[in-house]
Order: sequence, then structure tokens, then C-alpha cells
Amino acid sequence: MSEESKTYAYFLGCITPNRYPGIESATKKILKEFGIETEEMIGASCCPAPGVFGSFDMHTWLPVAARNLAIAEEMDLDIVVTCNGCYGSLQEADHLLRGNPKLKEETNKILGEFGREFKGTTKVNHSIVVLHDVIGLDRLKEKITKPMNDVNVAVHYGCHFLKPSEVRGHGSSETPYILEDLMQATGAKTPEYKDKLMCCGAGGGNRTADAVQSLEWMRQKLVSAIEAGCDCMVHPCAFCHLQLDRGQEEMEKAYGIFLNFPILFATQFLGLAMGMSEKEVGLDQQVTKMPDKLLK
Amino acid sequence: MGTLYEDIIDYGGEVFGEEHLATLRECVQCGKCTGGCPSGRNTALRTRKLMQMALLDMREEIFNSPELWFCSTCYTCYERCPKGVKVTDVIRTIRNLAAKEGHMSVPHRMIGVYVMKTGHAVPIGPDQMKLREAVGLDSQPPTAQKHKDQLEQVQAIFKATHYDAMIDFDWGTMTLKGMDKGGKK
Repeated sequence: MSEESKTYAYFLGCITPNRYPGIESATKKILKEFGIETEEMIGASCCPAPGVFGSFDMHTWLPVAARNLAIAEEMDLDIVVTCNGCYGSLQEADHLLRGNPKLKEETNKILGEFGREFKGTTKVNHSIVVLHDVIGLDRLKEKITKPMNDVNVAVHYGCHFLKPSEVRGHGSSETPYILEDLMQATGAKTPEYKDKLMCCGAGGGNRTADAVQSLEWMRQKLVSAIEAGCDCMVHPCAFCHLQLDRGQEEMEKAYGIFLNFPILFATQFLGLAMGMSEKEVGLDQQVTKMPDKLLK
Repeated sequence: MGTLYEDIIDYGGEVFGEEHLATLRECVQCGKCTGGCPSGRNTALRTRKLMQMALLDMREEIFNSPELWFCSTCYTCYERCPKGVKVTDVIRTIRNLAAKEGHMSVPHRMIGVYVMKTGHAVPIGPDQMKLREAVGLDSQPPTAQKHKDQLEQVQAIFKATHYDAMIDFDWGTMTLKGMDKGGKK
């Protein structure tokens, strides 16, 4: 398999298919528009969340992740994801298992009980990286029918898209460029803002440990984007999406303040710029409402 | 059981490699981890202090401090540490050791319940199926929650690694033991 492979195994994870299916529909539609097919991974489970299961028991986290990798290997396809948690979990598991024969053997002993095996023959890709590196900005620009020239986008990377950079390989985590490039390809501007590189607050079990405390991180981040004159926030992570969108409703309950700052997964934003409707990409199903300048 | 440092090397080393976690020894207490920590500006988590406490074998103090669980595993400290300490993986390993000794909250244990029951930390329900249909997708994705034989494979892993016992999971009720009394151990 290579970078040119035109069919990917779409690892859905949990939040994309089960909470924000608009992310799934937007991603499938956009990839198809550029001739890339996605195939379902029958029986795939939770990735499982790297900061959560990796924090509780890494010896359970690893075989569950390896089983998901094995499903894609059986399909003879590379993986594409729409969540940084899935990206981090699957890529880290793949990286560790390839580099440690003993660990691979122990993991395969567990998977072998039900006839599966991790071989190390798939590659874990993020859908946003496929858009940037495989499809490319020139081809993307050709499909923009609704330029976003007057839109200021607060770019949010989340954490596990870029870090640890030694495994992700997208350059320095302090000076990222992939989302900026994609947004600017639509004509949008990507102003710098104070908390641009800050975590959304949800990961590592922090949201579960103390929801209101984790929402305070989100509040700080959103306010700093608003202060920088941004119209919306665009990101590559379904879990961040849950925190940043649903979290605004939770924040209203906790503090009585509703910011209504629009949150979009990158393919939802690109879908709008390519002429798709709000409904097609599921943005009408969210807590945060989209302003006219994104829709008309 | 050795010192906390030795346990971090032994337990975490099996997955990450011993050298990876032995970077903890290189900590010079500069505080760059704490300076860039998004949790530290909002919570009592002080990463520098945590690293020093680990080196000083303050096991019980660490395991009983709520802030151990306020790290979002954002890896900012890991990226910036001038001595190359693999901070986030040290923290995850400490959490593993704490969890093994029973220091896990009910909400954290419940995440395991969802995965053992459905294959997913965030399962689907009837309302979300309608959302899927509205964007033109099949009402239920073909994941482990839909396919019983596939879910059983996930469950087999949790049994093989004794995760079920670690969180006191009851296969009869498919939830935590003593949930009627709040699920606390």
C-alpha cells in the first residue's frame, strides 16, 4: 500500500458515528469528490482512547488498539480517521508494536484467541493530512465554489494530531501549518490567537474527572479566539468537537453563559466551501449555530 | 513492589521500553513542564512537583492526590522538556500503577463498563440513529456495538488482561459491582 492508495479503511471510533455523524458524512463526501473511497471496518471498536485507557491499563489499551489495526490489515487497506484520539491511539499502538517483537508476540497471543493477528501492514492516516498531502491544496482550490474570503477562522489542532511529534511526523508542534493551509485554500484568514495551541480540556480522562473544571479550559480558549476577532473555530478532532460544541451547552448550565461560538470539524467547513449545505454536513444538528457568512 | 521509580520503569517499560521511562532520572526541576501546562493554570496539578515526588518515592501521596487525574495528556511538557523526559508517558504509567492499586474513580471505571458492554466508550442510542439518518448514513454504523461476535472479541481482551477485575466489573449485571450503592469499592 502506498500514499497513492485510493481506498481507505475508515476507522470511525465512537464520537464521529455516534454523536456527530455530520463529521462522517462530510468526510466521506469530500474524499469521494476527489476520487477517494472509504470502506467500513466491520466490528471495529473504541480505538480505545489513548489518554484514558492508556492511563488506566496500557496492557488492555494495546491489544484493543491492535485488534482494530488487524481489521484494516485483513482488508489490505490503510486507515483514515476523523478523531485525534483514534489517530493517537492507533498510530502509537502501531509504532510500539512494530518496534518491539516481544510486545507484538504477547499482543498476538491475546488476538490469536479469536483468530486475529497484528502484522504491521497498515498505515494510520488522519483524514486532514490526506486532504493536505494526498489530494493537495491545488486540487482542493479547484473545488471551492463558496470562497470564505471574509471569514476569520480560529484554528484549533487539539493535542494528539501533532504530539508526540516524534511519532506523528508533522513537523514542530509549536509551528503547525496543515490546518492554516487548508483554511487559507478556501480564502479564509487564520488569525493568531492567545490560546491557539492550548488543549480543549477534554483528554486524558480530565473531562470525566471534573467536567466543570475541564470546561474552564474550553472557555479560556474560546474567549481568546473571540477576542482575536475570529468568527468560528475549525479543528480535526471529534473528541475536541464534543467538548467545544456540547461543552458550550454544559457551560451555559454551569455558569449561565452561552457563547454560541461556532465549532466546525475541518471537513464540515471545507464541505460548506465546496457548496454543500449545512444539513448535508450535519451542522444543523449542533449546539452552536452557524452564522450567515458561513452559509450564504 | 519496588520503589515507585522502579515500578514505573518495570511496568511502563514493558510497553514503552525502559530507556523511555528512565528519562525521568534526567529531570532537573527547571519547571518548563509546569510553565506550559494548560492544566496547571487551572488546577493544582504541578508537573514538576509530580516528577520530583515520583523520584522521592512518594507513592501514597501521589496516588491519593486528585490532581494526578487532571492531566489531559496534551504532551506539551513532553515536547518542551529540555532534558528529554517523556513526561506524559511517565504520568500515564503512574496512573496505571495507581489504578492497579484501586485508585480509580467511579466515572473513570464506568468508561470501561461502556466499552465492555458495547465496544464503545461513547455508544449509540435511538436519538443518535436519527441524526445519522438525517445526514444520509445507515442508522447504525457496522462497529462492535452492532456485531455481537465482534463485541465478544473486545470483551475477551478485557477478560484476558483482567481489566474486568481491576474495575470490579460484574458480567451478570454488565456494570460495576455494587452500583446500587454508588459503585464505590
